[in-house]
Amino acid sequence: MKAVVTVMPKPAILDPAGVATGRAMEHLGLKGVRSVRIGKSIEIEVDGATEQQLHEIAHDLLSNPVVEDYKLQILS
Amino acid sequence: MAPIMKVAVIQFPGSNCDTDCEAALKSFSGVEASIVWHKETSLAGYDAIVLPGGFSYGDYLRCGSIARFSPIMGAVRDAANAGILVLGICNGFQILCEAGLLPGTLQRNTGLLFRCEHLHLRVDNTATPFTSVLHKGQVLDIPIAHGEGNYFADQETLRQIEENGQVLLRYCDASGNVTPEANPNGSLGNIAGICSHGRNVFGLMPHPERVCDSLLGGTDGRGIFQSMIEAIQKTKAK
Repeated sequence: MKAVVTVMPKPAILDPAGVATGRAMEHLGLKGVRSVRIGKSIEIEVDGATEQQLHEIAHDLLSNPVVEDYKLQILS
Repeated sequence: MAPIMKVAVIQFPGSNCDTDCEAALKSFSGVEASIVWHKETSLAGYDAIVLPGGFSYGDYLRCGSIARFSPIMGAVRDAANAGILVLGICNGFQILCEAGLLPGTLQRNTGLLFRCEHLHLRVDNTATPFTSVLHKGQVLDIPIAHGEGNYFADQETLRQIEENGQVLLRYCDASGNVTPEANPNGSLGNIAGICSHGRNVFGLMPHPERVCDSLLGGTDGRGIFQSMIEAIQKTKAK
């Protein structure tokens, strides 16, 4: 099974790295930057796992539910 | 004479304040401190547990997120639930939050800088096993060294820990004023350290073990360890 877990800071959470990166984009001439949010993309290849197990891993290990949301995509 | 207090200092791969904690603890008479490798599974016989600072597992994924699943953490959780004193310093605080033994989490400093400096902390609650020898409003000079010390909890959690007196230390100026300028990392409410609802688990970003000897620039960290020793003495006297 191949899966991708995308972890993003929750919308209400300040993302200082995203803000700093957005400023750098403006510095490089990109106009009208409204928001930059930095998250993680975790690619997983695993044998014999269930979707439920991957949800548990994404919730318990790959993300911190206090400040992050995750999205699980099963690719194959 | 048997030691008054036996303390386990947990060593994770990437811990780097473990021997500092051990040395600071051993500078108190009656304290026996041992380094315990994270692959161990028992903490029987210890009166207190310290999770030291460092960069466990290289801070990969999130600070403390992998260490919280180390084999020793089952025993740390059992000890915390049994009322044993658990102190988490810096990365240890992050691990306790990731493990759910303390509420909230530590995020990236708002200024993005790794802050390594002496600063001031105001003691907000002395009715705990970690702060009993200090006095309310006392200003401590204790250094920080972290890039992810920005304390965050949702509004409801924050309200609960404030109402329940779980905020023990806040960043302040030299006179004890809690101001935005004195906040090094963006922590909500200038929070530098919180304890659990039951008072026996305490996490803080500053490093008290680094100010336990005047040769090393200060002794303001000693009160926290002294409080723990006195709390354990009282428990044993019962």
